[in-house]
Amino acid sequence: MKQKRKPKLAVWKFASCDGCQLSLLDCEDQLLDVTAEVDIANFPEASRAVAKGPYDLSLVEGSITTPHDAERIHQVRRSSKFLVTIGACATAGGIQALRNFKDVKSFTSLVYASPSYLEVLAKSTPIADHVFVDFQLRGCPINKLQLLEVVNAFLNGRKPNIPGYSVCMECKRKGIICGLVSHGPPCLGPVTQAGCDALCPSYHRGCFGCYGPKETPNTASISEWWMKQGMSDGELLRLFRGFNAYAEAFRKESEAHEE
Amino acid sequence: MDRIEHSVIDSLLQALQSRGYVTIGPTARNGAIVCDEIHSASDLPIGITDEQSPATYRLKSGNNHLSFGYVLSPVSWKRFLVPPVLTLFKAVKTSDGFRITNETSAPDTPPQPRKLAFIGVRPCDLQALTLLDKVFLGDRYTDPYYKAQREQLFLIVVNCTKAGGTCFCGSMGTGPTAKAGYDIALTEMDRKEGAFFLIDSGSEKGAEVMRELDRRKAAPEEILAADEASVRTRASMGRTLETDHLKEILADNPEHPRWDVVAGRCLTCANCTMVCPTCFCSTVEDVTDLTGKNVERVRKWDSCFTMDFSYIHGGSVRATPKSRYRQWVTHKLSSWVDQYGDFGCVGCGRCITWCPVGIDITEEACAIRENHQTVLPHP
Ligand code: SF4
Ligand code: SF4
Ligand code: SF4
Ligand code: SF4
Repeated sequence: MKQKRKPKLAVWKFASCDGCQLSLLDCEDQLLDVTAEVDIANFPEASRAVAKGPYDLSLVEGSITTPHDAERIHQVRRSSKFLVTIGACATAGGIQALRNFKDVKSFTSLVYASPSYLEVLAKSTPIADHVFVDFQLRGCPINKLQLLEVVNAFLNGRKPNIPGYSVCMECKRKGIICGLVSHGPPCLGPVTQAGCDALCPSYHRGCFGCYGPKETPNTASISEWWMKQGMSDGELLRLFRGFNAYAEAFRKESEAHEE
Repeated sequence: MDRIEHSVIDSLLQALQSRGYVTIGPTARNGAIVCDEIHSASDLPIGITDEQSPATYRLKSGNNHLSFGYVLSPVSWKRFLVPPVLTLFKAVKTSDGFRITNETSAPDTPPQPRKLAFIGVRPCDLQALTLLDKVFLGDRYTDPYYKAQREQLFLIVVNCTKAGGTCFCGSMGTGPTAKAGYDIALTEMDRKEGAFFLIDSGSEKGAEVMRELDRRKAAPEEILAADEASVRTRASMGRTLETDHLKEILADNPEHPRWDVVAGRCLTCANCTMVCPTCFCSTVEDVTDLTGKNVERVRKWDSCFTMDFSYIHGGSVRATPKSRYRQWVTHKLSSWVDQYGDFGCVGCGRCITWCPVGIDITEEACAIRENHQTVLPHP
């Protein structure tokens, strides 16, 4: 029987902490299965060997923050059949997008001795603002099981089972008692996309919104309710200005609470 | 009607355990009263009560005599009969198709039914089981897993002697006292010298267990006191719902302006459907492994509040929160009647308590009733 060519997988890094691509290495038990099915052609965190493109599947981590990266992402797109962004940076601009709410120069002058050597863009932006993205995998960091599901769906030519509904659905399926109702706010679960298997609520913490806004998020309603419960504009602003601060629904909500 | 002392609850649990039942009942954990395995009466939430209002639930210390002095657990019994996540089957790819592999071999897929005794089923939740029976044990389509588990249940109802802030079973005719469908019914009665239970059996299975217990005939004044408690409870419901012609009113007013108002508040988070003891919807996901040779079909609780729920070729039919909220309320209080001959709501109030923004189904239905566009028949 003729050996089928294994699909080539590449991992690319832009402005990010590497946590998401490490999720791939973290798939210990399944990593050998993955390498049996795909050729890992480019994965700097794991190996310096780089196989030439084109690539069948590119996983892109990180946001676009420099003019150089804004060029490089087009090369990645050109050499990739499927491009999947992984994590909050690549999908929403990441925690570094907090600077989008201020003038970036006010930060660079504080951090660097000679900021004039830096070439940075005014904003940290998601990959989809620059090139066409085939699928966005959310999370800060991503859930390795969801990553496997995406790779798996790609290999088998099917739609990934990555739902757009709320974290509350996972909470309730797990039988977790809702902390929002039984202890008090805040918990961003009702406006945040599922995917973490309700990690924080499982440990009696409110959801921080790592997976970004869910489908049809109604952030205005929950904020209005929480203000009636005594939360302040400042608290609400900080709540929505986390890892997904620049995702549209969270950005608009935090801006509505600017003083 | 008989009377048993409070201490006899342990004998009741032992009688069930000796018959092979896992005893599931209320117990206080993580700031709530949940339904889980209990071993003895000391696991019950003695002296603990709950306060419920829209979007708020708090445990409080209550009457020290009572083991069932709380109103209602956030966890309904449906998860024992309709597990939130259930692997239906596994299969392997073959040269000419696929072969199902787990029919007899894998012991956990789907899980085997267990003998379960539910202790402290509230009357509203008992009616919810009757409604689920109509869904899953219908004459045309039967869910084999539900059926197998349902046949292994022993149901002990504890009638309510206190209504909660979001309860409206009185309006739905499902409580506060259960009429039938249980194996044993208890009513916990408080007295200065300590509480006791009135006990009655509703099936041969129940009578057989009851005969084993240390009991005596209830005095007429004790029975009267229980009846009075039931009347008092009915009169103190935190909520009411006018059901007269409600089915027609909801069906005929899909464009009532109130739907827009509530859609502005609704988060489409699906908590209401998840906590509802009668919501039965699920989705199936087919999951392959990396090789594509092994596949599983998994059933998961779903909700009409998700976009995927109404996804057909080209998009979601119910793309707007308005259409999704309206689907939920009109199904519970209108089209359910066409489907199953009864309302799909038993008035437990969970959807009100556990909605993160306190949306109240009774308030919404009442608002649609005002200024509705339905021609009602003359009385
Ligand atoms: S704890 Fe948070 S995520 Fe979980 S059900 Fe409550 S609001 Fe939703
Ligand atoms: S609709 Fe609400 S009140 Fe009615 S049975 Fe469901 S959860 Fe209970
Ligand atoms: S209200 Fe929604 S989730 Fe509940 S049974 Fe009806 S369609 Fe299903
Ligand atoms: S009614 Fe409440 S619980 Fe139900 S989906 Fe809307 S916000 Fe969530």
